Amino acid sequence: MDYSAQEMMIVAAAREIADGEVVFVGMRLPLTAFGVARATHAPNAVGLFECGLARYQPADGVLHTMGDPPNQLGAAWATGLAQVMGLLHAGRVDAGFIGGAEIDRFGNINTSYIGDRANPRVKLPGSGGAADIAAMSKRLVAIINHEKRRLVERVGFVTSPGYLSGGRARADAGLAGGPAAVITDRCILRPRGAENELHLATIHRGHTEAEVRENTGWALKTAPDLAETPPPSEAELAALRRLDRDGFWR
Amino acid sequence: MKDKLVALADAVSAHIRDGDGVVLGASLESNIPFAATHEIIRQGKKQLNAIAPISDASTDMLIGAGCVALVTGAWVGNVSGGLGHNYRRAAERGEPERIVVRDHSNFSLAMALTAGAYGLPYVPVRSLLGSDMVGSNPEFRPAVDPFSDPPRPVVLVPPLEPDVAVIAVPRADRFGNSHHWGNAGLAQEAALAAGRVIVLADEIVAPDVIASDPGRVLFPGFRVTAVCHVPAGVHPSPMVGRWRRDTEFFDDYHRRSRERSGFLAWLDEWVLSLPDHEAYRARLGGRLEALRITGEALAAPVNYAAE
Repeated sequence: MDYSAQEMMIVAAAREIADGEVVFVGMRLPLTAFGVARATHAPNAVGLFECGLARYQPADGVLHTMGDPPNQLGAAWATGLAQVMGLLHAGRVDAGFIGGAEIDRFGNINTSYIGDRANPRVKLPGSGGAADIAAMSKRLVAIINHEKRRLVERVGFVTSPGYLSGGRARADAGLAGGPAAVITDRCILRPRGAENELHLATIHRGHTEAEVRENTGWALKTAPDLAETPPPSEAELAALRRLDRDGFWR
Repeated sequence: MKDKLVALADAVSAHIRDGDGVVLGASLESNIPFAATHEIIRQGKKQLNAIAPISDASTDMLIGAGCVALVTGAWVGNVSGGLGHNYRRAAERGEPERIVVRDHSNFSLAMALTAGAYGLPYVPVRSLLGSDMVGSNPEFRPAVDPFSDPPRPVVLVPPLEPDVAVIAVPRADRFGNSHHWGNAGLAQEAALAAGRVIVLADEIVAPDVIASDPGRVLFPGFRVTAVCHVPAGVHPSPMVGRWRRDTEFFDDYHRRSRERSGFLAWLDEWVLSLPDHEAYRARLGGRLEALRITGEALAAPVNYAAE
């Protein structure tokens, strides 16, 4: 079966959502993943949007932002940001998806400053809701393109906390949860061991361990049970392509 | 009740002063009062504190036009386009002017405005724990929850009381009583926390229309300073039941603002060369009409009868 790298990422992201869970789905790739999860193994998942929306079914039609009218029509709840993110802050959200410019070996994410903060080489847009989602959801799933400049030893600025300096650092900072998976276009990384360091967990078909390592900015360790990421099933791909009518992800 | 209906230019001139903290765009990507952003630029307001959770190009325009000294927000850029070029130029090279950025997350900004709205001296949150924003924003204070045992860390978020909140709503009466539907973002908190509230109403309706459904009132007229009737004042952002998002307009802005010279040409074409929003709408012409939502998906009526 033929599928694109992005379709593999979407299906992998969809599998991170269990049935009945309440998840922050964001936009684009994770939003499509939410739709795939609903249509396959998680028909009772609920999607939350920071702007103050909750949905059972993903919106019909193309969304450029979460506030677009199609996302409001038929919503389960149209309310304020504080209500929706308050659920998150109270620990009542199972999982959240975020992207970022940089992620490090402990799953910390930077979307704020590249270079010196007082004189940044690149001023990135900032947190939005990402820091909240990373801190307060029970599980964080990060989605990022697998490039050496993006998967770095240590981010220069922690916008959204992962396991911080590793080990118990996150718990000591007062946070539960943490990154459960980092989904890239080459593989999936997962935290392992007492250090909570990201390890290579599964490799997408067509990619190799050597290639993944070459494109990672730290000495990436491999999980002993390394496996291939199960390719999209027929049902998953069919569900995805029903949502992706224009073939944006193909 | 006092009639508060005035022209947008008069509201901006009378109620927004140099150096003010101004909320422009409190609902994230929808209902951003771009007409007010443009009028602020036309009037050459200076040294503003631009406050918005996610301003979707509005803050970027203000920065590029030299109106901003301080940015208080969670995300500044162009949601469908990418990075904010004026934001980058100002933060990276001080062009056209240096800006100070007060980093927030969406939730911390919500809590800052909530504290401002309700007179709370601060709100303790867990959301910012572990983030370098505690540090980059000197207003956040690490603390220990006095009720916790064993002691647990929290971050104290101080109140934000903007001088002005500019809020776009689908309909209001001339006294400022404002109906809203769809997601509200931080619009209610912003309106309650602000010293002055300017309403941009897509439509002005009879007071009876608003009074028929008090549950849909986002804030009452007594909290409002001025009401301006500005149809499509949110363009290019969307408004439920009224306007679709003009994504191509955002993309065009993104491309043209890549270089400072391109931004200045864009600014002249869409803001400085136009006297007001009516002229802006005329320039959009058929493009604006094509964005108008003409379908109907009406909510069921509700009964407020007392007997």
